[in-house]
Amino acid sequence: MWKAVRTGAAVMAAAVLAVTVAGCGADEPTAGADEKATLSYAVWDKNQVPVMEELAAAFTEDHPNITVEVQLTPWADYWTKLRAAVTGGAAPDVFWMNGPNVQLYADNGVIMPLADKVAEAKLDLGVYPKALVDLYTFEGKIYGLPKDFDTVGVWFNKELFDAAGVKHPAAGWTWDDFKAAAAKLSNPAKGQYAVGANIAGQEYFYNTIYQAGGNVISADGKKSGYDDPATIEGLRFWTDLIKNKQSPDLKTMTDTHPIQLFESGKLAMYWGGSWNVTEFGNNEYTKTRVDAAPLPTGVKQATIIHGLANVVSAKTKYPAQAWEFVKFLGSKPAAEILGKKGPIPAYTGTQDAWLAANAKFNGKVFLDAVSYAVPYPVSRNTAAWNDEEFKQLTKAYTGEVPVEQAAKELATQMNALLAKE
Amino acid sequence: MVMTEEGIAAGRAAVPAPAPGGRARRPRRWTAEAGWAYLLIAPTGLGLAVFYLWPVLQTGYFSFTEWGPFGGHEWVGLDNYRALAADAEVRQALVNTLLFALLGLLGIPLAIVFAALLNRPKLRGVSVYRALFFIPVVTMPVAVAMVWRWLYNGDFGLVNQLLSVFGVEGPHWIADPATALYALVAVCIWAGLGYNIVVFLAGLQAIPREFYEAAEIDGAGPVAQFRRVTLPLLSPSIFFVSVLSVIGSLQLFDLVYVMAGSGQAARSNPAMPRIQTVVGLFYDKAFYTNDRGYAAAIVMALLVLIVVFTAIQFRLQKRWVHYG
Repeated sequence: MWKAVRTGAAVMAAAVLAVTVAGCGADEPTAGADEKATLSYAVWDKNQVPVMEELAAAFTEDHPNITVEVQLTPWADYWTKLRAAVTGGAAPDVFWMNGPNVQLYADNGVIMPLADKVAEAKLDLGVYPKALVDLYTFEGKIYGLPKDFDTVGVWFNKELFDAAGVKHPAAGWTWDDFKAAAAKLSNPAKGQYAVGANIAGQEYFYNTIYQAGGNVISADGKKSGYDDPATIEGLRFWTDLIKNKQSPDLKTMTDTHPIQLFESGKLAMYWGGSWNVTEFGNNEYTKTRVDAAPLPTGVKQATIIHGLANVVSAKTKYPAQAWEFVKFLGSKPAAEILGKKGPIPAYTGTQDAWLAANAKFNGKVFLDAVSYAVPYPVSRNTAAWNDEEFKQLTKAYTGEVPVEQAAKELATQMNALLAKE
Repeated sequence: MVMTEEGIAAGRAAVPAPAPGGRARRPRRWTAEAGWAYLLIAPTGLGLAVFYLWPVLQTGYFSFTEWGPFGGHEWVGLDNYRALAADAEVRQALVNTLLFALLGLLGIPLAIVFAALLNRPKLRGVSVYRALFFIPVVTMPVAVAMVWRWLYNGDFGLVNQLLSVFGVEGPHWIADPATALYALVAVCIWAGLGYNIVVFLAGLQAIPREFYEAAEIDGAGPVAQFRRVTLPLLSPSIFFVSVLSVIGSLQLFDLVYVMAGSGQAARSNPAMPRIQTVVGLFYDKAFYTNDRGYAAAIVMALLVLIVVFTAIQFRLQKRWVHYG
């Protein structure tokens, strides 16, 4: 317990320090968009720091009075640290936001609504995928300008498909095709499986839930969709794979993550995101052996789309300059810089640079997916019911309780949590 | 260490020697002396007060509050404790933690055996063995946990490779609800073994040889010597180690946190409900689901538990601990 208390004390000390520091520098907020300012810009991806710095430099070229300091906090600590900073009144001026967190931050007045500024600047939000604009819209107001996006596809091992004599997956393939292929690609005695049914929403069960015609959360974000029979079918897709030994069981995947199994040729398929291009492009084994295909179609075609947005702290000393920077980051020239070295830029029509940079894979799969993509399901306190998903679904995936029962229990728990929001 | 020192001192005092009693008490010259003493312990005392005592008090206060997502808390009285009493997850974590504490005590006889072996008069290279046993103690727990995580891997781990030589198919040690707790206990015992051995070795070496000679003359064999001489005179060390071992087990966190799998892998580890400890649950509530008030209530309950257990141990020691 001492360790825990000490951590607590450290967090508190940090918060106290943050308050003091913030108190020292309390000059009057400046109004003009071009008045001298240094903005802090918090990000969590080390790989993207160089391109973020390049963007910051490009911005300073146009606005010589404003400099931007890119601050990296690794993903594992990003949200914990950000919360402590916000609590202590020392939030960065501009920072990365994701879907599961945006409503929590918007609802608590931590980030600035951008709707008026967007209208004033006559920005067209239609240049971004609609699902992303919706993701960052809370109570009718937009809170962030989309930066990039990712969709989900099936990464498959060409060598293993050829060895099993199975046709490579391609656009238009269905759940039935997937299941038929899975049966041929599995050889549990040799530790060889078709796919790893990982308990992960974004890459796995959220996709099949929407493909089955179900939903995770109602459109108004008030009701769980886990008691919907279609949703349950989407979950059964995965529990059946484990039951039929076409996927390793949870114990195996706890010991060795599916991505490691895929990268050592133990899995024929890996459901993953557009972000995996970097990983699979650098890995010696996967570099030449794998490619991407669209997700199979169930009752309908669906993939989860998610993307980050740049948001402005509600308490920033430089609201005008911060907005100016976010506006630049959301612009076409910024998107073109991002595409060459980073993830898929959100600005429509700038994705070719990303395709060219990742030409060894069929990256187009991820861009085409936007037309049938479903937004990442979120509510005001997403983390609370995400935790419940793990608790209940683990029991269904191990076969401890039938999937219907786990899903219904999950719906009950999730509805209780949603009622508290 | 206090108890061990006392044990050693007790052992020495038993040697026939001029007893230190009899002399008149020293005059009360302690004012200046005590002043110096307080001055010298002030830095530590201050550190303890600021970094231990104050957070404990604060945590106690927070356990009666509910936190907002971005700081700010309101008084909710006993709500957190009421929820705590009804929480099946907390109960399970409590049972797990007590099992860890109980099974962790098995490390004590093991350490005594090793210490006794190391204490054999003719053994060569004692310091090498001692160093070998002590290495896990000075290694970072996270590194230890990482290595064991690989060793225990159900499909590619060294443990199962070894078992397969004998035709045994080993389980997924830390992902199987039936084995996870025991696999972790084994690592805890292994990690603490070196420290305990050193304590016991010091205790053993403080037992005068004359006692054994006298026992031998009285016709006691090695077993009787161990039972009638070694164990009673080692009891202060045993007591000390058992108190520390129980407190350590009740606070168990890092080994489980790393070995159960990190992040998502831990959350879908089917064995998780069987190995979640009280401190693990505290961490989860405080930093993952951001329920800081409830987390504070969990650690306050743990604090009470530790105090109770330690008090029981001190109460029981009168029955079996001999200070010479």
